Amino acid sequence: MINTRDILETIKMIEEEHLDIRTITMGISLRDLASDDIHVLCDKIYDKITRRAEHLVKTGEEIERELGIPIIHKRISVTPIAMVGATTTALSYVPIAQALDRAAAATGVNFIGGFSALVQKGFAKGDEVLLNSIPEALSVTSNVCASVNVASTKAGINLDAISLMGHIIKTTAEMTKDNQSMGCAKLVVFANAVDDNPFMAGAFHGIGEPETVLNVGVSGPGVVQAAIRRAGNCSIGEVAEIIKKTAFKITRMGQLVGSIASERLGVPFGIVDLSLAPTPAVGDSVARILEEVGLETCGCCGTTAILAMLNDAVKKGGVMASSNVGGLSGAFIPVSEDEGMIAAVRAGVLSMEKLEAMTAVCSVGIDMVAVPGDTTAEVLSGLIADEIAIGVVNNKTTAVRVIPAVGKQVGDSVEFGGLLGSAPIMPVSTHSPAKFIHRGGRIPAPIHSLKN
Amino acid sequence: MRAVITVVGKDRTGIIAKISDTLYRHQVNIVDISQNVMEDVFAMVMLVGIDKCTVDFTELADLLDKDGEALGMKIHTMHEDIFNAMHRI
Repeated sequence: MINTRDILETIKMIEEEHLDIRTITMGISLRDLASDDIHVLCDKIYDKITRRAEHLVKTGEEIERELGIPIIHKRISVTPIAMVGATTTALSYVPIAQALDRAAAATGVNFIGGFSALVQKGFAKGDEVLLNSIPEALSVTSNVCASVNVASTKAGINLDAISLMGHIIKTTAEMTKDNQSMGCAKLVVFANAVDDNPFMAGAFHGIGEPETVLNVGVSGPGVVQAAIRRAGNCSIGEVAEIIKKTAFKITRMGQLVGSIASERLGVPFGIVDLSLAPTPAVGDSVARILEEVGLETCGCCGTTAILAMLNDAVKKGGVMASSNVGGLSGAFIPVSEDEGMIAAVRAGVLSMEKLEAMTAVCSVGIDMVAVPGDTTAEVLSGLIADEIAIGVVNNKTTAVRVIPAVGKQVGDSVEFGGLLGSAPIMPVSTHSPAKFIHRGGRIPAPIHSLKN
Repeated sequence: MRAVITVVGKDRTGIIAKISDTLYRHQVNIVDISQNVMEDVFAMVMLVGIDKCTVDFTELADLLDKDGEALGMKIHTMHEDIFNAMHRI
């Protein structure tokens, strides 16, 4: 029989330390769908998604009950809509977003991702239509998520796209101002976006992916924090070892859930994403892990070093626990979704600049950060460009999900509720990068030797 | 298929009686059982075979949850695989 201590440890992790499977995300290819009439295309999209994902939520719930582990979200990702929409002659893809939203409601999933475009090297037919549809699409739907890949290490940085995204984020905030500018919480700007990400808002079904696939995202910052606390005073090497072992256990859970779900749904199992994903609940925070290791407050000197160690140890532990690891795989530091991060910003310790430095050593970027509503589009574009440059040069994924909360100033906060949490408005430099942003064009891809 | 049932709470009479009665009524076989009482906290772990169980897993788990409520204890019914996955390589 399994060791009683092990059994009680597992139950304690779930009951007291917020261990859960954050999401099972079904990727569905829409590449076989085409029509020059957008309404015909919308019907085809709705039919295909609702057919393929018909049993996703029910199966997820069954597995939850059998294994006794919560699966917080069930989600769907689809082929970037810019590619599918390009077959139509439409000048707006908002009807497609609405079809996706209806499909999400019909299947009962929490989010559907893939209202996306990949424009790292330039705009193809459909890309600009999609980008310009984003503000309205996010204001008239509730569960659709949008993402735009504006750069990659191989292609360089599309400054035209970054310039456009500054305006799109502003417009999205304005159009959803009655709802805390919520639209921006469902819009990510990426560098080096990955094809198999199960997490929102950046999930889409990449073009190299199979027809359908099931990806799993685990969670468990609380478990890591508790394990470090139990270890007491030990060297940083031992802390890394504890994190590895804990990440191994968490990931095995993800691997198990993914393999059972893929078998029952008859869908190939893609990857386990090793990310440590926090929630706004007390005891489920990445910032508190850093503090447990030995920081007075997250954001003080030493933060980047500990985060680098944490991120690396999670990967080392997780890789052995899963047959296929992918997605974003790293510690997430979304400000509004992490109780410790919120506290660190409110205490005035965690600044935008420190946050940017932290993103150089973990996934994913300037995430769920609210800035004053009067921040200009050019400043937003400059913020995006900086963050994207970190990803491009370091050959990793970075992203920006920023909310210029309409009518709010530093000292205020926006309440999104649920997993999206609460975001204190962070100050951002108001000096203008407008001349740089308006130059347009593309920043060339970086050199890959002479590394320093 | 085997499941692990854990029962934790304040010690009292009739805990094992109530749970094993529910298991017996639904043809669930007790494979192994271990329990201890520390101070007045009762903790029991039961490994059961559910191949011949007359109700499906979810219903069994619900019935045991109800037993837990009646006893004022927390009962978890979980598939054995989760523990194997987590603690065995």
